[in-house]
This record gives sequence, C-alpha cells and structure tokens, in this order.
Amino acid sequence: METMDNSLHPSSALAEKLALGNLPASACYQCKKCSCGCPLTFAMDLLPHQVILLSLLGQEEKVLTSNTIWVCSACETCTTRCPNGIDIAGVLDWLKEEALKRGIDVPQPEVAIFHRYFLESIKAGGGRVAEATLVRRYTLFKMRRKFDFKELQQNMKLGWRLFKRGRLRLLGSHKPKQQEEIQELLQQIRS
Amino acid sequence: MKVTYYPGCSLENTAVDYAASIAGITPLLDVELEEITDWNCCGATAAHSINHDLALALPARNLVTAEKMGRDVVAPCALCFNRLKVAEKALKNPAGNELGISYQGDIKIWDLLDYLTQEDYLQVLAQKVVKPLKDLKAVGYYGCVVARPPGITGKKDYENPQNMERLLEVLGATPLDWSYKTDCCGAGHAMSRPDIIDTLVHRLYERALAAGAECFVVSCQMCQANLDLTQERISKEFGKAYDLPVFYFTELIGLALGHPQVKEWLAKHLVNPLPLLQKKGLI
Repeated sequence: METMDNSLHPSSALAEKLALGNLPASACYQCKKCSCGCPLTFAMDLLPHQVILLSLLGQEEKVLTSNTIWVCSACETCTTRCPNGIDIAGVLDWLKEEALKRGIDVPQPEVAIFHRYFLESIKAGGGRVAEATLVRRYTLFKMRRKFDFKELQQNMKLGWRLFKRGRLRLLGSHKPKQQEEIQELLQQIRS
Repeated sequence: MKVTYYPGCSLENTAVDYAASIAGITPLLDVELEEITDWNCCGATAAHSINHDLALALPARNLVTAEKMGRDVVAPCALCFNRLKVAEKALKNPAGNELGISYQGDIKIWDLLDYLTQEDYLQVLAQKVVKPLKDLKAVGYYGCVVARPPGITGKKDYENPQNMERLLEVLGATPLDWSYKTDCCGAGHAMSRPDIIDTLVHRLYERALAAGAECFVVSCQMCQANLDLTQERISKEFGKAYDLPVFYFTELIGLALGHPQVKEWLAKHLVNPLPLLQKKGLI
C-alpha cells in the first residue's frame, strides 16, 4: 500500500482525539499569544501555536516527533494566557504520552528517560521518590550514552557538596506504610 | 491552628532546609502541622508528562486521605500544590470523576506562602519581628505552577502576585519590583537539560541584578535548587561572578523572628548567605 502523504490531506483525527481527552483545540485562531509568552522557545523546533495548528490539520508525525513537546517545562504560561481557553501545555503532555505509546523515536531521549526513571523511582521507593537513586541511575544512563568526563566530575562534585549538607539522602525518602494500596496504584508504571 | 500538611518528597531530600525552617517557624505562629497519613509522591512533572492516569491517581489518594483528616491541607511545594488542585478538580467534576473515587471536597487546598500570608498571620508576624531585615533588597520569586493555570489554582493575581512582597515588608526587608517573578527557571529539566536551566537561570540573575537585588526569596524548592545549585556553574559559563543568596521565605521569617536555628538552615545552601547577612548586621 502506498503511504499517504498526509501533508496534502488534512485530517481531523488528531483534533478529535484531543477533544475526547478533554483537550479541545479547535477554537485556536492563531493569535500566537502562547508562543509570545513561552520562555522555552529558544530550545524548540516548533513554536507552541504551530503545534496546535499542525495538530488541528492532522499532521501527527510532525508534532509527535518534535522537540517542542519534550522541552516544554510545563510552566503553564501558554495555558494561562490562551484567550480561547485551550490547555496548550495539556496538549503537549498528551502528545508526549501518545508518542511513547506509539513507540516513536523520541528526539529528546534524555527528557523521556528521566521521566521514566522518575516514575520507576517512585515505585522503587514504595511510593515516594528516592532522589539519590534517581540521580545515580540517570547519571549512569547519561554516561553510557555519551561519556563526558568533565560533566561527570562536575556532577560528582555537586553531589558531594549536597551530601555534606544533608541534602542528598542516600537511603531515599521514608516509605509509606500501606504498601499494598500504593503498589496497586503504581502497577501502572511499566519498567 | 491545626492544619494538614503535605510536605512532598523533596522536603525529605534536597529541600531539608526548607522542611526544617517550616518546622521551626510554624509553632511561632501557632500553626500545628499534621502530615497526611502515609502520603505518597504526587508524580510531579514525570507523571503528568507521560502517564495521565497516574498523574491523577497519585495526588487523589493523598487528597482523599486529607479529607478524612478533616482539615485544610497545606503544601510547601508548588507542584505538589498544583497536582492536588488538579486532582481536586477531577474528583469534583459534576459529570462524575474518571477515577471512580468518592470525594466531598469540603477541605481547602493551600500553598504554604498563601497560607502564611493571610492577613491574620501577617499581623501576628508584624508583632513578633525582633530583628527587622532592614535594608535587605530582595526580589520575590514565585514558583510557576503555584499560580498557573488559574483555572486550576483558583488564583486571581497570577500574573503579578504580591503576597511575597507584602510579607517581606512586614519583615522589614525591601522588596523590589521586577518583571520576572513568575518566569520559569526550567523546573524539572535540572538533570535532563541543564543547558536549558542555565539559559533561563542566567536571565533571572541578570534581571534580578538589574532590579538592584541582593538576594532571591523563593517559595518553591525546585526554584531554590535551580538558582542555588547552579550559581557556580553559571558564573563560570558566563564569566561573571554571581553571588546572590537564595532564601526560602520561611528562613527569612525565622531570621526576623530571631529563631535560634536559622544558621543551621542556611548552612545547607550552596551559595553562602552569611557574608550578605553579616554586612547587613542581621546575623
């Protein structure tokens, strides 16, 4: 079967899915207020208003493979200022989750892996984040990916300074008691 | 006044100074904190980014427990507060909630700064100040999601909040006006995209200095970490020796009220605030 060139075939499928997820975006009239207030545009390949427009046109691949959805820091300025009440940051979250569900090659693996490790560390910590474990695990991932001695040295030094001040608890957080109830919730986290 | 307290994971880890200062000053205001029994992590940025269901279920569990405890709940962390509010909105959805949990919603969710800057507490504070923070020029820096989006947080002055400035005035300090008080520090990108943090935080240092600030005052431990932990790195990167201490507002309350443990809290900062406080004759 020939692959469809969706750039020539606008589709409402993605917009409909967003609306079903309580994230209707069709009221967007491209005023660009979201992009004007966004503090992260310097690190983005698509501006927030472009993500909304492309989503409405059904350009799924473009938005799902964008850097933008991953470098958003969720400061909620866009959602706050949208004159049409579109939850733009919420749309970006939805797209991140969808990209992972579809197994798309994420252009910002560091961000995606950090989120995954964070959730896994809640599970490992029995319901609370073990920050030291998370940092150790993520640092190993980073080093395996691209070994940077200077960065490692800097991080070790920072870790030591925090440890000396009691700001890096090697044993992690205190574990909540009702483990059965919590682990049932945490079953949704797949390692 | 007894109130339910949701400290959040960071306050057992990198923000132990925030936790200690909160524990130190609340008795001075007759506020008794009782932790949510057996609380769990709210899932933070990671959960709302990649697991929508979990991002509701985790704070919902805490909120349901808090409701059973029968008092308003206070959160010192901007994101913990925000996620409790998101869960509240989902649980109180008149069309039925997607979590299938019963929740009445008679308790109020507060962020700590809002709670402690209620008019009554400001009056108590004004009476208890023994060491006015005279001549301390500070910019207030609010955590993004403590106010945004207002549809979730219910805040009215989300573009230009004032309660930190009001508090600083009561404590005798000099709060400065600046346009970056609710701008993002990069938040959860601290590990995964430190370059983004550096760009944003460098801009904050520059704007704070341009306003004439000698220090930042924060109410979010993520803001504190991103400003305090990176200062040395950013100074090297941009070839300028930044030296701006990053105080929690609770630490400054402790200082102005003469709490004996203030030095212990401040010793946990990476940017040493003692030289500035000594220069001002405050320590």
